[in-house]
Amino acid sequence: MERTRNFLPLAGLLVCLVGFLSYFFVFYQFPVTRDLPWVSWLLFALGLGLVVIGVRRPFRQPERYRGRRLGPVLALLSLFVVGFFVFATTVASRQLPASAGAPKVGQQVPDFVLPDSAGRPVRLYDLLGAKAGGSGPASWVVLIFYRGYW
Amino acid sequence: MAVSVDPPAVTQKHLTKTGWTYTFLADPEAKVVRLYDLQHDVGGGKIISRPAELLIDPTGTVRWVDLTDDFRVRTRPETVLGVFDRLAGGAR
Repeated sequence: MERTRNFLPLAGLLVCLVGFLSYFFVFYQFPVTRDLPWVSWLLFALGLGLVVIGVRRPFRQPERYRGRRLGPVLALLSLFVVGFFVFATTVASRQLPASAGAPKVGQQVPDFVLPDSAGRPVRLYDLLGAKAGGSGPASWVVLIFYRGYW
Repeated sequence: MAVSVDPPAVTQKHLTKTGWTYTFLADPEAKVVRLYDLQHDVGGGKIISRPAELLIDPTGTVRWVDLTDDFRVRTRPETVLGVFDRLAGGAR
């Protein structure tokens, strides 16, 4: 009997790749799918499930399915994709400096002047107002530092 | 108000794309980022800011701060607004 091609390990690897790439190109933009990468985890579970079935098939039914050598190779590649994702989102993204000297609750923040996106200089204490020794009405300020797009 | 090491032109492009209207400041040499001890050396001689959010009252005092321990996970707007309502008692 002619043996069939065993496409499941390749399909599993592709699903894992979609799970990996979609996080960085799509789901990273939305806090609900970025903070906890659950969409990628679901796709990895599906992809690895396909891989497991696909790797076992040619050994259990050698008369029906091919791919006893290629299956395990694709399985290893799938594991590598998933492993790299887990590393990137749990270990690598936590590599941050201690920032021991950053302003703490109750401390006075240092004043500064920086240009805005139109090049106009903006002084922090002028935004806070008279109580901080700046010009203008008293106001609270949410100061956000972000990584930027460089 | 937001600070990053992006030059003004990069930020202007981003604001045009998103339509955001609040103030974005450019700190390309990371001077203020260093002054606040938030610098993050990402290799290749590039210093950027770690993500950080500070709520500052009108006297210049920090009333709330979030230095995330995972740069994928940032403060959400409703969190800061909730803290502000609690601390400022509806002065918004």
